[in-house]
Amino acid sequence: MKRNVLSLALMSTALIASGAYAQDATLTIESWRNDDLALWQEKIIPAFEAANPGIKVVFSPSAPAEYNAVLNSKLEAGSAGDLITCRPFDASLALYEAGHLTDLSDLEAMSNFSDVAKSAWQTDDASVSFCVPMASVIHGFIYNKDAFNELGIEVPTTEAEFFAALDMIKEDGTYIPMAMGTNDQWEAATMGYNNIGPNYWKGEEGRLALINGEQKLTDPQWVAPYATLAKWAGYLGDGYEAQTYPDSQNLFTLGRAAVYPAGSWEISGFNTQADFEMGAFKPPVQNAGDTCYISDHTDIGIGMNAASENQEAARTFLAWVASPEFAGIFGNALPGFFPLSSTPVELDDPLAKEIVGWREECESTIRSTYQILSRGTPNLENETWGASVAAIKGAEAPEALGQKLQDGLASWYAPHQ
Amino acid sequence: MQTRRIRWHIAVFLAPAVLVYTAVMIFPLFNTLRLALFTEVDQTRVYVGLQNFRTLFFDPIWSEQFWNALGNNFWFFLIHMLVQNPIGVALAALLSHPRLRFAALYRSAIFIPTILSFVIVGFAWKLILSPLWGIAPSMLDAIGLKSLFAPWLGKEEYALTTLALVSVWQFVGIPMMLIYAALLSIPEEILEAGEIDGITGASAFWKIKLPLILPSIGIISILTFVGNFNAFDLIYVSQGALAGPDFSTDILGTFMYRTFFGFQLQLGDPHMGSAIAGAMFAIILVGVCIYLFGIQTRMRRYQL
Repeated sequence: MKRNVLSLALMSTALIASGAYAQDATLTIESWRNDDLALWQEKIIPAFEAANPGIKVVFSPSAPAEYNAVLNSKLEAGSAGDLITCRPFDASLALYEAGHLTDLSDLEAMSNFSDVAKSAWQTDDASVSFCVPMASVIHGFIYNKDAFNELGIEVPTTEAEFFAALDMIKEDGTYIPMAMGTNDQWEAATMGYNNIGPNYWKGEEGRLALINGEQKLTDPQWVAPYATLAKWAGYLGDGYEAQTYPDSQNLFTLGRAAVYPAGSWEISGFNTQADFEMGAFKPPVQNAGDTCYISDHTDIGIGMNAASENQEAARTFLAWVASPEFAGIFGNALPGFFPLSSTPVELDDPLAKEIVGWREECESTIRSTYQILSRGTPNLENETWGASVAAIKGAEAPEALGQKLQDGLASWYAPHQ
Repeated sequence: MQTRRIRWHIAVFLAPAVLVYTAVMIFPLFNTLRLALFTEVDQTRVYVGLQNFRTLFFDPIWSEQFWNALGNNFWFFLIHMLVQNPIGVALAALLSHPRLRFAALYRSAIFIPTILSFVIVGFAWKLILSPLWGIAPSMLDAIGLKSLFAPWLGKEEYALTTLALVSVWQFVGIPMMLIYAALLSIPEEILEAGEIDGITGASAFWKIKLPLILPSIGIISILTFVGNFNAFDLIYVSQGALAGPDFSTDILGTFMYRTFFGFQLQLGDPHMGSAIAGAMFAIILVGVCIYLFGIQTRMRRYQL
């Protein structure tokens, strides 16, 4: 019996290895979204396998913080999966330039995406696309509706209202006003600086001006968000310096904190964890009636490992990913990851619907540090993490932080020299 | 005429160890050192000699990080030498006391953390010290010392010392066991002879036992040195690759990891990473050499 099992196992490995010839191909997807394992296994993969008999798909994620390092090592060693979930911008561009990702420009279904959607996974001259855009995430604040009702707080739209609301929550004392810690550093930059920042630097206008060298990180619109972050410290919980990202998530979903500076990717997790009603508000603007800007960050794409032995099957899968059918399944299976496909997708989740609705009211932009600016040493994104933490802790003045980042950027980036 | 037979069995018996050791230790070591002499320009590997090391030591952006990591590493080592090893010796001295009850129990209890994985230790301590869910704040509260509590792992000035002490907690069993073994090997006759001469109690420890266990303490120091300068896991598990807050817990291991494999938007640079690994190797080599030739050869040994 045991021997039979063994030979079966051997046969199936042999089958997988010769997948290029046999009808049955098994595609392995590399991803950092280990939170989504169940959704892929229960919804997305069965839908694809039902439509494409003969192709099996395995979703094999690793931890988000390790993904880039793990993936690079696997690709170098030739042991990476057939399909590669693509981080936006340089990380994937480097993979394409190193020959690890296939040129997908000729994939017919690529026409389902706008140029902005594709921009995160193209060469600088936009001539080659190497990943199919899957989803973007939107930043804002998720709040505990019950807490807001209980304390009689209106949802804030301006910065003054925002801090007034936090003051009220703090005064009442039942809830920690805002759940965020600085231990893991990235939240301060991603959910802090790049969340509220676009309202200051006017979204794409400022971001592109920074890339062109027309604006500097020492300009007021780039420094002011740090000054605002400095005010956050008083509203974060006790010992926020050692509070980690999962700590913050738990604080909020346990109902101990009222506001959570968020990325929309939290929605599905929060839906299962929290037993109170949640709402969301966009990053507050300076004055009522100002144009609002939101960070609608192209976050996930998917490409093909150039060394894959199942090229045909992988292309079939990518074409399916680019289809409106996938966008519908994905958008609803993972509320908070908003499909980038040009065909609008009807979302069922109320919170996701609320957030994606901001696309109509506000100007979209992406995180300021992601395109081109984090190519050199020192790495602007990592520096921004440190600067945002220092701003919140009040360890350094906003102007000094801006100056430090500008010096770092100017040390290698020609348009700023 | 007698030809000497080639003694094949020597080669055969040596082969497995030599081959495995070469494949997993010697070859990677030299290959890493070789990699440090190259850099990548437009997808091709170019030989640049010692340029990477020049960047590492003299370029302000790199050298600041390097010296910070090295300084932190020395602090990490110093805490171990000042806290872990004296406590280890003291525990061993207590354990070897003939009238101590439950000695086996204490011995196991103190040694157990050593066999735990870094991941468990890092995670458990992170929870213990958490200002939100940890038991440290409530325990301090219970004895009225809540004001002493701080989010230690999140403060620049405490984080590294805290992690060093966690590491001490984990590894204090090793010096304890080695010294304990050394203490047990001291013959009774010597102690009895001392007793006759009027050396008893604490002075017996300082005047007879300590000189006899000095070689073991030397070995422990060098093991601590090598272990600390290769450390990585604990910091990575509890503070991540950026070794926050503000690089205050960054040691050579995390600096090397971040550079070699990349982090978030920072792409990996195997060549600079290898240069850091090379520098780590050199530092450890120099340290071990100082010990071997400077200290160990001069240490007085007693024939027991």
